[in-house]
Amino acid sequence: MSDTPNFRVWRGDAGSGEFRDYSVEISPGMVVLDVIHRIQAEQAPDLAVRWNCKAGKCGSCSAEINGMPKLMCMTRLNQLDLTKPVTVEPMRAFPLIRDLVTDVSWNHKVKTGIKPFKPRKPDAADGTWRINEGDGDRVQEFRKCIECFLCQDVCHVLREHHMNDQFIGPRFFVYTAALEMHPLDVENRLGDLKQRQGVGYCNITKCCTKVCPEEIKITDNAIIPLKERVVDEFYDPLTRLFRMFTGSDSGRVD
Amino acid sequence: MPEYETHEHDVLVIGAGGAGLRAAIEAAGSGVSVGVLSKSVLGKAHTVMAEGGIAAAMGNVDDRDNWRVHFADTMRGGQYLNHPRMAELHAKEAPARVRELEAWGALFDRTKDGRILQRNFGGHKYPRLAHVGDRTGLEMIRTLQDNGIHRGMTVHMECTVITLLTDGGRIAGAFAYERERGRFKLFRAKAVILATGGIGRAYRITSNSWEYTGDGHSLAYHAGASLMDMEFVQFHPTGMVWPPSVAGILVTEGVRGEGGILLNKEGRRFMFDDIPANYRAQTADNEDEGWRYTQGDRNARRPPELLTRDHVARCIVREIREGRGSPHGGVFLDIAWIKKRLPHSAEHIRKKLPSMYHQFKQLADIDITAEPMEVGPTTHYMMGGVRVDADTQMSDVPGLFAAGECAAGLHGANRLGGNSLSDLLVFGQRAGRFAAEFAKSNRQTAVDPEQVDEAARTALAPFARTSAENPFNVQHDLQSTMQDLVGIVRRESELTRALECLESLEKRAAGVAVAGNREYNPGWHTALDLRHLLTVSEAITKSAVERKESRGAHFRDDFPAKDEAYATFNIVVRRGADGSMQIRREPLPAMTDEQKSTIEEMK
Repeated sequence: MSDTPNFRVWRGDAGSGEFRDYSVEISPGMVVLDVIHRIQAEQAPDLAVRWNCKAGKCGSCSAEINGMPKLMCMTRLNQLDLTKPVTVEPMRAFPLIRDLVTDVSWNHKVKTGIKPFKPRKPDAADGTWRINEGDGDRVQEFRKCIECFLCQDVCHVLREHHMNDQFIGPRFFVYTAALEMHPLDVENRLGDLKQRQGVGYCNITKCCTKVCPEEIKITDNAIIPLKERVVDEFYDPLTRLFRMFTGSDSGRVD
Repeated sequence: MPEYETHEHDVLVIGAGGAGLRAAIEAAGSGVSVGVLSKSVLGKAHTVMAEGGIAAAMGNVDDRDNWRVHFADTMRGGQYLNHPRMAELHAKEAPARVRELEAWGALFDRTKDGRILQRNFGGHKYPRLAHVGDRTGLEMIRTLQDNGIHRGMTVHMECTVITLLTDGGRIAGAFAYERERGRFKLFRAKAVILATGGIGRAYRITSNSWEYTGDGHSLAYHAGASLMDMEFVQFHPTGMVWPPSVAGILVTEGVRGEGGILLNKEGRRFMFDDIPANYRAQTADNEDEGWRYTQGDRNARRPPELLTRDHVARCIVREIREGRGSPHGGVFLDIAWIKKRLPHSAEHIRKKLPSMYHQFKQLADIDITAEPMEVGPTTHYMMGGVRVDADTQMSDVPGLFAAGECAAGLHGANRLGGNSLSDLLVFGQRAGRFAAEFAKSNRQTAVDPEQVDEAARTALAPFARTSAENPFNVQHDLQSTMQDLVGIVRRESELTRALECLESLEKRAAGVAVAGNREYNPGWHTALDLRHLLTVSEAITKSAVERKESRGAHFRDDFPAKDEAYATFNIVVRRGADGSMQIRREPLPAMTDEQKSTIEEMK
């Protein structure tokens, strides 16, 4: 292994760009984000990159390393083959701002369109709620999400088919699942999921699950249960009959 | 003449971490228009890093807890330099702020009877920290963010303030730039809330993110507000030390709360060797009692690993300096040992401390369920900040408020773990409420175009220079100066040398050149941060010179004892008429009889 391996970093903006090679001196334990910082400090002070915590907790430094969507701060150099140049490029499913920085604002717009948390009335005498130990466990997995948007980056419905106006992407199915399965929440988001948010377009290839740095089982634990709920709500014959007679847009009676 | 866009809000909140978002929610709820400036993308603020929990005397786990005990704990931890009114408000209001988060969707760990679970933490007499595993900060920021986006506030992301604007001594707004295109933005506002967090990036080894460059402290100072308690920088005892690239990343106090112990290279549990007199009565004197405390035995006293952070950090430094440290210059933190006490301990550790397990596994190839971690002190938190009114959080500058880490008063000479997240909520809410009231009862003041042009010209100057001075190098040298000369153990000769270094760094900073253009340029951003870093570094160092004693987080090798003569005042920093930094001593605010008797009773 060379002590100054080669890193091929994307430089450019929305108009044009190219990979540029930087050879960087490395030290034990380094992660890709350290390499980018070293390039910034020593060779290219205007190299644009987003980062904050450098500990895998904020989800800012998402990029594609040797073509794989990853957090730069959690990708150690000893996991990479340094005999070949290591490519570092921005997430390709989002519009490029500059170098490694992309415009992720679409995600923030999507979130605003999802019905917010709506708790049931407090049921304890002190005006709060009792939640059994364990009842929240299922949701905790989803609430670990650090909004790195790597799942959005890799999802082919967004990345290849650009269906951003009909499909909210894995991150927001996880977000919706966290709300729908929250032990206190009473809102119904199933109509939106079916009609506006395109849960049906996911064909469960599990690409999102594979890249999640928090190891959330996005497809199995969030998307598939939401698909099942949508099916129960809209395609179950008894529910449809119930809706025909009551005129209610929800089959739920709670 | 440089161009800029103009925006207008009743209340402008600078910072989108816990304090900023809580303030924005409160202000927006009272019907004024609110703008939030976020230095990063929304939801990435340093609050996400908080692991342990939110301190609030709800008494869910131990019903002997109440606001009085929390108040006394906070004052004791702060060595009685805290603002007593702030400590009282904080202890009284924290429970309501936690319940409010739950009503907004936060899902805390539960007790057996379904209430919010509370855990032990250093300096807190009873289990007091509401938490979600070891990712409480993430839960808090996500809850506030997801609530806030439905309240009609305007969030300006990746937008950094260059200077505050004043008119006849009153706040008029802020002048900022947005990173994406590098364009200037002028924000006119009737009230401005600073919620910018801390100063950790003034040091080389820190748990803080790049954003923590003391912006709020420095902006307030240059706008004419006073700073207070700037000598008190908290060094968290347990940061990672190996490998070098992760040095400084936090290892939560929760590890010790769950039974983790500190060992030197001889395997000695050195924290038992030095228990301060004022904590002796409430600290375990044997290993068995300490273990029972961490497992919820109400009759056991806490292990010495859970003494206050300043003390634990100094004990670790002593072990390292005296040659008893670990191979990479730290000490050992061992949670794996609990396998002697608990069946299925590995599973238990992974459930209680999932982020820590993950962090060490991924970044250091260490399995914390099987082997000890290596840890050492890391710059973590700033007790000092903008001097504010205890009730309203308004600074000396009418219309300028501060909340959270960038405000001073609550923590005195040392902050207790868990009192930061509660601080953000309690005083964020207050700042939001009173800033909105201020905005409703005052008219917008005028913005002086000369002030704006001057700020824009200064900000753009580095592009025109052709010198070889690189902003990253100046920042790096400043961090080394503060780390080596104004760190955990201080002495007058080194502090004086630090002031000389800072003076020459200031000259270098004035000559830095920036390459490239204005769009998303980190070099330019670093050049703009330098002014803030230099201002807070000077304030820390000058305050540290002034306090010739050791108290809380401030330890002077040349004055190693506490001196009662220094127990009666706070050190306040203000910009003099000639532009130089003035230091003065301000008597502590008077305590009420109830506050006095509460402290006595709990001693």
